[in-house]
Amino acid sequence: MPEPRIISVAEAIREATDLAMERDSRVFVMGEGVTDPKAVFGTTAGLIERYGPERVLEMPIAENGFTGMAIGAAIMGRRPIIIHQRVDFALLSLEQLFNNAAKICYVTAGRHRVPLVVRMIVGRGWGQGPAHSQSLEALFAQVPGLKVIMPTTAREAKGQLLAAIEDDNPVIFIEHRWVHYATGDVPAGYYTTPIDGPRVVRPGRDVTIVATSYMLLEALRAAETLAAAGIEAEVIDMAVLRPFAPEAIVASVRRTGRLLCVDTGFRSYGVGAEVVATVTEQALDALRRPPRRLGLPEHPTPSSRALLGDFYPTAMSIIDAVAELVEAGDLSGPRQALETELARVPKDVPHPTFRGPF
Amino acid sequence: MSKPATLPEMFRAMLRIRLIEEAIAARYAEHEMRCPVHLSIGQEATAVGVCAALRRDDQVVSTHRCHAHYLAKGGDLRAMMAEIYGKAAGCCGGRGGSMHLNDDAAGMLLSLPIVASSMPIAVGVALAFAQEKRDAVAVTFIGDGSIEEGVFHESMNLAALKQLPALFVLENNLYSCYTALGDRQPVRPLTDLARAYAMPAEHGDGNDVQAVQALATRATARARSGGGPSLLVLDTYRWREHCGPNYDNDIGYRSEAEFQSWAGRCPLARARRELTAAGALDPAAEAAMTAALTREIDDAFAFAKAAPFPDPDSAGDHLYA
Repeated sequence: MPEPRIISVAEAIREATDLAMERDSRVFVMGEGVTDPKAVFGTTAGLIERYGPERVLEMPIAENGFTGMAIGAAIMGRRPIIIHQRVDFALLSLEQLFNNAAKICYVTAGRHRVPLVVRMIVGRGWGQGPAHSQSLEALFAQVPGLKVIMPTTAREAKGQLLAAIEDDNPVIFIEHRWVHYATGDVPAGYYTTPIDGPRVVRPGRDVTIVATSYMLLEALRAAETLAAAGIEAEVIDMAVLRPFAPEAIVASVRRTGRLLCVDTGFRSYGVGAEVVATVTEQALDALRRPPRRLGLPEHPTPSSRALLGDFYPTAMSIIDAVAELVEAGDLSGPRQALETELARVPKDVPHPTFRGPF
Repeated sequence: MSKPATLPEMFRAMLRIRLIEEAIAARYAEHEMRCPVHLSIGQEATAVGVCAALRRDDQVVSTHRCHAHYLAKGGDLRAMMAEIYGKAAGCCGGRGGSMHLNDDAAGMLLSLPIVASSMPIAVGVALAFAQEKRDAVAVTFIGDGSIEEGVFHESMNLAALKQLPALFVLENNLYSCYTALGDRQPVRPLTDLARAYAMPAEHGDGNDVQAVQALATRATARARSGGGPSLLVLDTYRWREHCGPNYDNDIGYRSEAEFQSWAGRCPLARARRELTAAGALDPAAEAAMTAALTREIDDAFAFAKAAPFPDPDSAGDHLYA
């Protein structure tokens, strides 16, 4: 066994970008702050020094304009990677993404292609507030013609970003700021992880938990506690939102008969709604309990930590939801142990033990 | 004649566009062309004059009012008509309709029917040319309404900042749908917009095809030689309604007198006068030209009408590459 190569998701993303640029001279990076000292949370560090301003383009504060520019260049065979430091900033570019990026291949009957990657980051914590922490993956996932990925684990994040850059379609790559800190064993060198659907991360027989992004980390933590109480949760990483391939989820629910979805976005009209609807359509007979969804409540993200109490789903709320789905024995011991541990950490910073490897 | 360079060639290209658009208007009530049509009648000289300065490998990105641009750049007429008739042989396979005309072989890259949406796309095409060190030019036609969009300014800024080989051709036809320019923008020379981005700009009579050709030739030469982007502001006038085949001078947003004054500045009539004065055109020659063009147009309509519709099962094809 080789020594594990433990790096963070942010480092994995930086490494993937570097490898793609080294391999293909058509690949270039653009965005607000890609060359500044902070280097988009470190994810573009060193690129300007290595590839120069012709391939690492600092952008004016013009999201729709530079997104259209990227699309135009992509049609001509270039391979741009746009980076937004927040999903919220990308909202200014929806016109170009929805009207042009998503439709140009279709409307030209496949003659033009838009090999574009748009990275955007979901903020959380430290008082980010209503317009710096939106998780709007469902918005993008609703548009045919886009692909939407939410990476969570470092190994997959690297391979998924490289696959997205290789892809001839526009790929929305939504990173969670707190996922950036998660670490894992990441192979050196170039490899791709197929953009082909959900992935079973932890097998189990009692309940299926489908989770996206940071909620996958919460779900895995919950699964450990549940296991201590004798409940085996099957945890599925809903890494690829579009194209949506529900087969692995449906197959899992056929085994467990119980479904819980946990995602980083709003509960209403969200990813969980799509998953539950699809499972209900395809495997209603297998469901032994009504499916459950956890997500964000019906109001924007408040800034004050005093108002954030129950805003985000947690390992605790996942455990409690699972307890309602299964005929649970006594969960109180393991649950209490986790609750005590979590109480030692503030709610507005990433949990320090959420580092993996996952 | 996809890229007319001489006045006789440009006259013929304008006449061809005029006859095609009039044929669409005449047959629109048959309800077989079941998509919106934004006719270019009255605006032929901007399209033909600009495209006369372009090479085939220069790329044009147009708007919802794209028929003249497509035809002037050399787009295939049969494929255009088949598209408007919703047929599989259409230039978008029936997926776009009249607002999305494109023809790769002609360098007619795309038409995008959201106001100013074409501008950053053209800037990106210019970026690709610059990255590949090609001397081609990316051209986008825009209307006066585009100035009001934020992305107009974003695109001008980006093109100027990166000194890209882009040409913004602003066809000022005085109206956005039914709202006059003066009700939408303060009065100032529209070329001043380029000054804000340190970009060269020129203003010209958009109904004088030779003047347009000269302006576009200068601007494209500058772009090819690394001199960066330009803005051309060309005054012209849309004769028919914003969308559809009819005249609409009676519905209250503009006057018959204003229309007549612009009709008196018809770009075809102007070119005809100049050619006649030079002894290069007479009524018999124009009649022969019209007859030949009419045969081509009739053939294209017949082709489009007879062509099969796309397979209904193909509606989901080409969503992804």
